[in-house]
Amino acid sequence: MAPQPQREPLHGLLAEFDNPTDLVDAANRARLAGYTSMDAYTPFPIEELDDALGLKRNSLPLIVLLGGIFGGGGGYFLQYWTQVIAWPMNIGGRPFNSWPHFIPVTFECTVLGASLAAFVGMLVLNRLPKPYHPVFNVPAFDRASRDRFFLCIESTDPKFDRHATGSFLKGLHPLGVSEVAA
Amino acid sequence: MMGAPQQPLQAPPEAGSMTAARRELLARTPDVIASGQTFGSVTDKIAGIVLTHRTPTGWFLAFGVAFLFLMILNVTIVKLLFTGIGIWGNNIPVAWAFDIINFVWWIGIGHAGTLISAILLLFRQQWRTSINRFAEAMTLFAVACAAMYPLLHTGRPWLAAYWLFPYPNTMQLWPQFRSPLIWDVFAVSTYFTVSLLFWFTGLIPDLATLRDSAQSKWAQKTFGVLALGWRGSARHWQRYETIYLLLAGLSTPLVLSVHTVVSFDFAVSEIPGWHATMFPPYFVAGAIYSGFAMVMTLAVPMRAAFKLDDLITMRHIHNMTKIMLATGMIVAYAYVNEVFYAWYSGNLYEQFMMQNRQAGPYGPFYWMLIAINACMIQLFWFRKVRDNVVLLFILSLFVNVGMWLERFVIIAVSLHRDFLPSSWGMYAPTMWDWGMFTGTIGLFLSLFFLFVRLLPAISIFEVRTLLPEARLKGGSTAEHLL
Repeated sequence: MAPQPQREPLHGLLAEFDNPTDLVDAANRARLAGYTSMDAYTPFPIEELDDALGLKRNSLPLIVLLGGIFGGGGGYFLQYWTQVIAWPMNIGGRPFNSWPHFIPVTFECTVLGASLAAFVGMLVLNRLPKPYHPVFNVPAFDRASRDRFFLCIESTDPKFDRHATGSFLKGLHPLGVSEVAA
Repeated sequence: MMGAPQQPLQAPPEAGSMTAARRELLARTPDVIASGQTFGSVTDKIAGIVLTHRTPTGWFLAFGVAFLFLMILNVTIVKLLFTGIGIWGNNIPVAWAFDIINFVWWIGIGHAGTLISAILLLFRQQWRTSINRFAEAMTLFAVACAAMYPLLHTGRPWLAAYWLFPYPNTMQLWPQFRSPLIWDVFAVSTYFTVSLLFWFTGLIPDLATLRDSAQSKWAQKTFGVLALGWRGSARHWQRYETIYLLLAGLSTPLVLSVHTVVSFDFAVSEIPGWHATMFPPYFVAGAIYSGFAMVMTLAVPMRAAFKLDDLITMRHIHNMTKIMLATGMIVAYAYVNEVFYAWYSGNLYEQFMMQNRQAGPYGPFYWMLIAINACMIQLFWFRKVRDNVVLLFILSLFVNVGMWLERFVIIAVSLHRDFLPSSWGMYAPTMWDWGMFTGTIGLFLSLFFLFVRLLPAISIFEVRTLLPEARLKGGSTAEHLL
């Protein structure tokens, strides 16, 4: 068999750092060098990475707002329909549509709708659950949930080149650079 | 950060700009987290309880006792379902007794968990971080115990579903939405669902940590499934943080609404001692007060058993005591107000209700609750008391009892002598009442012991953000979550 080292398709190149400052610095440099298709992996949220990676604001607040409006509207409609149309009852001479009495349930349904939208929206936009991802193939990646900080420049990036990108990452003084098999 | 934008921060503001008094105060304040910890050490410390440490013998003993009481709960429920709620002591005129007393008690205990996880997050209180996870778990278990009572007091829950939940049934009947009791169903079920979502969201990154550090195949697979494939991507963290804050913002009015709705169960009725506009804030303050007492009751033994002193520091103990003092004083103010209100109303029945509370057959209970909730908590003013963890544990047990007595006095004592002397009566719980009550305590503790053993009881990723290592060099910090 002819040796064909490192010719299998790559997901990207993964650089490992041991502190958040170096990672944010590396992400900033990679963005300034023109890389766009990249991601960072950290054991806790680092706000500065949003700017460093050029992440856009997400649409979750809007989704949560819509979830709340849907929940609240649905909650009021449930009460209106059951108490006015389906089964009108005279309770102490109050009007059938006695809206002050409907506020607590409407409020609870608003919170419920918004919270479910927040949780489900986060999972869907993050494409979770996703048990398999190429970065899990890198042995060092176990520590991404512990004390190591990773920057991955992905092969889908137009500027990606196995060797040029590799030496660029090595120039950022990481602990190591690994190839991530696709 | 502070300072003019063109020049970087030279030294932390503590160095020069503070008064001597403030410096001294800061020096006397214990740290949120003991010094010398690293990302790795906090991870090992918290994950180790689940993954590597041998289970302490004390855990088996404690769990065994809790499990015994859980079995008592099972026996009680079986007896209840076969015989009916006649096995309980409540009857006209005291139609509401242990079922509602214990429901309100448990729901109230849950409130501290949400306060710690949501409200303190919004107020950027860093000290919440080491206690929020198990306080949230406490909320879930307390609400689960509370929910047993409304379900079981119907006697046959499978027949009662149509008046608890709006679903299209063959009788074409719908719940009556003008009643606070149906508001309760919606408030409590929403509260449980949102608390569960918030708790699980917080757990996801820590479950990934457990997946990556577990040695056994079984643990790797279990935590791997539960972690949903979390990999700590910056894109994921950004969305995660957005909804974590939004869920905190949603939980804050929710938790206030839950005990408000619970208090409406009483305030909307016309029984003397219940019909008061003060009830919502009075109940919410009491809920937080009793909840912090329960957090203290759980935190002190857990801290000692698993040697968590450098994560749950004296700072946490002090702050929890101060919150108990503040909310306890609001509750004491409400007791004074109740007396004033009874007198000032000029209403014969309100005045009699208050006389009966203080000097009637259940009078000693009233004075016990005053002794605990108004007098005993004054001890919390003293630093010596706040430093004594064992004493605080004992006092917190008293607070739990005091808040239970408060609900007994409000509910049973108001009902047993209402408008017509001919319909007066007395109430005493039966052994089945006690079985159910102690049984729910067994359920609560069993769930809590399992939680401490099987899941990270302290939020690992949030504790990481508190470490000096997490600070970006050059003035900026990674503590934005807090």
